[in-house]
Amino acid sequence: MIAPAVVAGVLLAGPLVALLVRAPWDRLGELLAGPVVLPALGLSFGTASASTVVCVVLGVPLAAVLAGSDGWPRLLTRVARAVVATPLVLPPVVGGIALLMLLSRTGLLGQPLFTAFGVTIPFTTAAVVIAQAFAGLPFLVLSVEGALRGVDPRFAVAAATLGASPWATFMHVTLPLAAPGLAAGAVLSFARALGEFGATITFAGSLPGVTETMPVAAYIALTSDPGAAIAIAVVLVVVALVVLLALRERWLTGLRA
Amino acid sequence: MSRAAARRSLECAAVLGLLAVAVTGCAEQRSATPGSPASSSPSTGRGPAGTITVDAAASLNTVLPKLARGFESAHPGTTVRFSFGGSSALAAQIVAGAPVDVFAAASTATMATVTDARLTSAAPVTIARNRLEIAVPPANPGRITGLADFADAARTVVVCDPQVPCGSAARRVFELAEVAAKPDSYEPDVTGVLTKVETGDADAGLVYRTDVLAAGSKVKGIPVPQAADAVTAYPIAPLSASRNAALARAFTDYVVQRGAADLAAAGFLPPR
Repeated sequence: MIAPAVVAGVLLAGPLVALLVRAPWDRLGELLAGPVVLPALGLSFGTASASTVVCVVLGVPLAAVLAGSDGWPRLLTRVARAVVATPLVLPPVVGGIALLMLLSRTGLLGQPLFTAFGVTIPFTTAAVVIAQAFAGLPFLVLSVEGALRGVDPRFAVAAATLGASPWATFMHVTLPLAAPGLAAGAVLSFARALGEFGATITFAGSLPGVTETMPVAAYIALTSDPGAAIAIAVVLVVVALVVLLALRERWLTGLRA
Repeated sequence: MSRAAARRSLECAAVLGLLAVAVTGCAEQRSATPGSPASSSPSTGRGPAGTITVDAAASLNTVLPKLARGFESAHPGTTVRFSFGGSSALAAQIVAGAPVDVFAAASTATMATVTDARLTSAAPVTIARNRLEIAVPPANPGRITGLADFADAARTVVVCDPQVPCGSAARRVFELAEVAAKPDSYEPDVTGVLTKVETGDADAGLVYRTDVLAAGSKVKGIPVPQAADAVTAYPIAPLSASRNAALARAFTDYVVQRGAADLAAAGFLPPR
């Protein structure tokens, strides 16, 4: 038992340790403030924040619907759950291709958008946010749904008997009780958005300051400026660790629904 | 291969690597001509066998597999696998120790990063050259007529990242044409540019002429006069990390000696 467990530990921690050991610490500040990393850093945090907001605004209602789906036909619930979880198991590049099929200028939705309003989505910062929201939404929905199901329904019943509308009940009673799950879901979808690469480069492209997020910049810099690529990697690792430490074990309970 | 022979070939590779460093930019030579002593005869029966992996520039992704099929049928028992991508990314993987047998790059500068690391087992040989061309969707919705349209912020145009060969060639073309290009995306390889033109998301992209031909009716090509002065060369070399040096060498020689017709048919320029 011990030996394989140690190997597993090395497999998980080894690459991160190696990255931190090899990181150009003496030049890190200069690299992070440099022309490659800084725009990507700002863009990444901006788009990841925006996509997290999108995830919360769209994901909480979806989670509420799913949490109340016990009366639905079994098959329908299963299909709905599978659709929500698909981006979790889909290769991100495939997500990008699928987004292109929907929103590209010749896409299912993109074509009418373009012909009617002259709106193009690929190559814009909005495309980055859409790709990130696509990837991050399942985390939020599953986490919030689990939390909502864990809320004692008697609180809502009590609120209703006191005359609160269903909306007020949800906003002021049920959702606050599910707040830890919401926070965990939001942080996880933020982290996922920050790391989003495959769908972004496929669907949004790569232009510094507009669509070149940190993972994309790291990938392109690796061939010409490995120092910059490693500096970005260090930032992403640190963010990931901070997120997981801050959440403690909560993300597990949130997703256990 | 005996240990001594292996050692010799390593030394040989090291010397060639040094030579390549000494004459950067013109390290490639078109040495092998059909029937030269270096060529291995496929009819001897005890030819190379086994499997090799070839890392190659994305723009070679139709020609090389075709040549490989010819090679495999001439040498039964051999398998040639490919990994296509941006030359720079592939070169970085090779320098980082990827188990690759043959490398075909889309520029001499990219190949030089591998020869500088002394990872080739023979001097790179240029098999073809390529020039850029504007690719537009068949209906040309952006009404692109030439390079100058790449400076128009209202049009959606994509090029390769300057860090990969097609991107550095694009940069030169823009310099020669004195056009301040405003691309909407810098793609990590030429396939990315072509895809965005094919899906209609980009009004135009700067790709290789061979990509325009390979895409058939999915894109339309607009020749660029300045591209003639920004051609990129395709060097190929067997790598010293190869576990099957004989096969790596044989395939490289095969491409050098027999590839001309297929490369020309795909739209590549002769090596010079």
